Amino acid sequence: MQAHLEILAIAAVIAVACALPGTLLVLRRMALLSDAISHSILLGIVLAFFAQGGLDSPLVILGAAASGVLMVVLVEFLVRSRLVREDAAIGLVFPVLFSIAVILVSRHTGSIHLDVDAVLLGELAFAPFDRLEAGGADLGPRGLWIGTGILALNLAFLGLCYKELKLSTFDAGLAAVLGFMPGVLHYGLLSLVSLTCVGAFDAVGSILVVALMIAPPATARLLTERLGLLFALSAALAVAGALLGYGLAVFLDLNIAGSMATVLGLFFALTWLAAPREGWLARRALRRAQTRRLAGDLLVIHLLQHEGSPTERREARVIHMQEHLGWSPEFARGVLADALEEGHVTRMDGLLHLKPEGRQRAEKALVHI
Amino acid sequence: MSSFLQDYTLRMVLGGVLALGIFSGALGSFAVLRRQSLLGDALSHAALPGIVLAFLLSGSRATGVLLLGAAIAGWLGTLAIRAMVRGRLTREDSALGIVLSVFFGLGLVLLTWAQRLPGAGKAGLDKFLFGQAATLVRSDVLLMCAIALPSLLLLVLFWKELKLLTFDAAYARALGLPVERVEALLTLLLVLAIVIGLQTVGVVLMSAMLIAPAAAARQWTDRLSRMVALAALAGALSGAGGVLLSSSAPRWPTGPAIVLCASLLVVASLLFAPHRGILWSWLRFRRNRRRLDEDLVLYHMLQMAQHHAGRLDHPHARRVIQSMTPRADVRPVLHSLEQAGWVRRREGDSWSLTSDGAERALSHRAERERPPS
Amino acid sequence: MNTHEIPALQVDDLTVAYRERPVLWDVDLRVPQGVLMAVVGPNGAGKTTLLKSVMGLVKPLAGRIQIHDRPAREQRRITAYVPQRNSVDWDFPTSVLDLVLMGTYGALGWFRRPGEAERERARGALRRVGLEDLEGRQISQLSGGQQQRAFLARALVQEAQIHFMDEPFQGVDATTERTIVELLKELRAAGKTVIVVHHDLQTVADYFDWVTLLNVRLIASGPVAEVFDEERLRLTYGGRLAFAATGGGSVAAQPVFGRLAPDEERKGS
Repeated sequence: MQAHLEILAIAAVIAVACALPGTLLVLRRMALLSDAISHSILLGIVLAFFAQGGLDSPLVILGAAASGVLMVVLVEFLVRSRLVREDAAIGLVFPVLFSIAVILVSRHTGSIHLDVDAVLLGELAFAPFDRLEAGGADLGPRGLWIGTGILALNLAFLGLCYKELKLSTFDAGLAAVLGFMPGVLHYGLLSLVSLTCVGAFDAVGSILVVALMIAPPATARLLTERLGLLFALSAALAVAGALLGYGLAVFLDLNIAGSMATVLGLFFALTWLAAPREGWLARRALRRAQTRRLAGDLLVIHLLQHEGSPTERREARVIHMQEHLGWSPEFARGVLADALEEGHVTRMDGLLHLKPEGRQRAEKALVHI
Repeated sequence: MSSFLQDYTLRMVLGGVLALGIFSGALGSFAVLRRQSLLGDALSHAALPGIVLAFLLSGSRATGVLLLGAAIAGWLGTLAIRAMVRGRLTREDSALGIVLSVFFGLGLVLLTWAQRLPGAGKAGLDKFLFGQAATLVRSDVLLMCAIALPSLLLLVLFWKELKLLTFDAAYARALGLPVERVEALLTLLLVLAIVIGLQTVGVVLMSAMLIAPAAAARQWTDRLSRMVALAALAGALSGAGGVLLSSSAPRWPTGPAIVLCASLLVVASLLFAPHRGILWSWLRFRRNRRRLDEDLVLYHMLQMAQHHAGRLDHPHARRVIQSMTPRADVRPVLHSLEQAGWVRRREGDSWSLTSDGAERALSHRAERERPPS
Repeated sequence: MNTHEIPALQVDDLTVAYRERPVLWDVDLRVPQGVLMAVVGPNGAGKTTLLKSVMGLVKPLAGRIQIHDRPAREQRRITAYVPQRNSVDWDFPTSVLDLVLMGTYGALGWFRRPGEAERERARGALRRVGLEDLEGRQISQLSGGQQQRAFLARALVQEAQIHFMDEPFQGVDATTERTIVELLKELRAAGKTVIVVHHDLQTVADYFDWVTLLNVRLIASGPVAEVFDEERLRLTYGGRLAFAATGGGSVAAQPVFGRLAPDEERKGS
């Protein structure tokens, strides 16, 4: 039970630590940099491992994070050269760093004990066995300490630079003019993303860090328009997804990271489908209502345009609505029924006539253009 | 070399990577030009659950069955991405990231499931993560060719439609082209290119096989047909290079070795390609600057000659010329001017204009002193 | 105008909306064959949307569009379209000649490649726009005006009856502007219909013989001499028109009812 609780605590901390910078990545349309960074850090881990002979020192964490930043710098260099576009640049750089890392690991399997599978896929189940000890006293799982430290850093960065980040995300040009150095913020953010990826790969592996960073903010984005709420909601969704995913994994004996990602994906899918305003169902209903209302406006405007003109006898025929407006009979009937019911038009001898209310509606619609 | 090619495994691996390299290079060109480089990354990850599900449903570990599952999952991935970006608030990058990670996560979940089935060794499915070119057998290679060759034929048959779609989709529609169907064809071919690479280089590195050859090829030519051909060549070269590298040294995994070779081709292309390459641009920049310096020196020498009552052949000490042109070392400039016959070296280290040089300086002065328009 | 002649373009009751915002409201338009028509109106007046609706690039909420008396989508072979220049990636690896050859793709149909005959036609089109020396150039090396002329050449090889051009004069040099004007007159002389989205009110009377004033609704459409006057321009542009009389700001808010294209009124009688 103790182990489960510790794992849950680590998962929750990592989830929040990922969701916070992830929200900024999503807003800045750089979501895929998280994928690229999370692959690139493997090289840093391997090199730091060679230099240090183990995976325990803080140097490994920093080295790994540095290789994430190196990836970003290389991408930027390629984009600046104008020889390749940004999407291709990202897709060029991270596989190289990742390949070099895999080759190094394979070449030195004898001397390096590093399981690439574990780095990619994570081993949260073993996290409680890796304890942090000081002077013989057990201080709890190391993963929890690392996760909490990274979370604290992320919170501090967000808290200190909240308005600067907000402005530079929304309008980098204005931020630069005001002296907020969006470039520095950009690299600060991406350094933190790298660091967070390093902290998280232990728990969920580097590919699924992407799920934790992107899926919760993308889901929250469909639920709120307010930035503060977006952060809070992303964090909450990430925690819920991580905990539920873990529960499911334990219950059904599944891969933990995979189960978390699947649950986060389900969250997104459900929200995408059924969010109150931005969900697919809501948007479809709204679009239909709008179309119907616009079509009603169009009907009265059309009648108004031709009222008293020589073309009226042709243009005001009920059948004309289908012929010339190109509406399906069904749709035309619906629009007409609405207009009759609302008392905007009347029907006489197969011709439509505007009532005063209908004329008012048409004039109002035309003014509001 | 001949004994080398008699090695069955190596021959199979080589055949497989050549088919993969050619096909992914060609298709990758379109992905890169349509700015969909990272779609390949998302789709290769999205293929994992399809592979596992195909195994779970059929109980077969035949490559054909698994790849069919991969193709279906990849196709579903593109549909999911398309549906997601249709809303107002989900951008393409987020959609790609979600499909990539969630499909992959689902694949891992199914994988743990599959591993618990009796008699289902992990090895059969695991190779798709990082790819294991060494496991390619004759039937795999034949299957890869059976997918790649007809696909390349389709690419040739629908060449002008695919090209027009990639360049100007709105115009294509205005011409009456069924844009949706052509787009579906292109996406299908991309999914197939990914699918045949999974077994060789794995889901993580597959995207590099699409992007790197195309990015390298783009630097060498300004024609789509040549770019596609060069990308196919680059893909084949990287494949062969990677296989040779990994077979000549122990413990070199093939997939990463192939990606490394492809990336070396990219770096070489970015540096050395004529016209576009970084080296070329640098040389052009230097050449332009040298020409500017030459004109400047001629101009200054003309001015000084006028101070000496218009006597063109009046010698000026190099130090004086240098002091008027502080931004560049005038020595190499003077030497190249001398070679062009525009200045003459006089006694000591002093120089004077020739009549040709004076003429050139005068014509340039006219340009220089014209008020900026 | 001969009212029995088949119109080049006939639009009935066209309404287009992006989400809840109407971009075109109930537009009726009848353009006779062989005219050179400018479509003018303020930004956001729906000029480009009108063109895109005709070309089938946007789906209207209502309306019927006919070219030479048949639904527009069946008349792609005789319709040529020149999109705005910034709508494509000019770094695309292709040559000027290749770009122009794309205009032959519609007539070629599936599987057939452009051959020497198409190449000759493309070269002819390049000569007409003065780009014959640049056929081998990569398209990114063209100036803005040259890019525009290459687009025009692409439309020319379609050998269409009716041309739609979206702001061909936008940001081009004087040479290009002259070339385009010459080209427009040649097309008219050959009996083609040309419909051009245009921004510069000063040149409308010089370049065109027919004009459509549009501001979400159709304000007027007809011969330049008849409909291109200050009153109608003020209705189109409201207070935003530089030479509109002062105090006319409220005019924009007064919708005009019953104002149809002159030929439309005549047709009905």
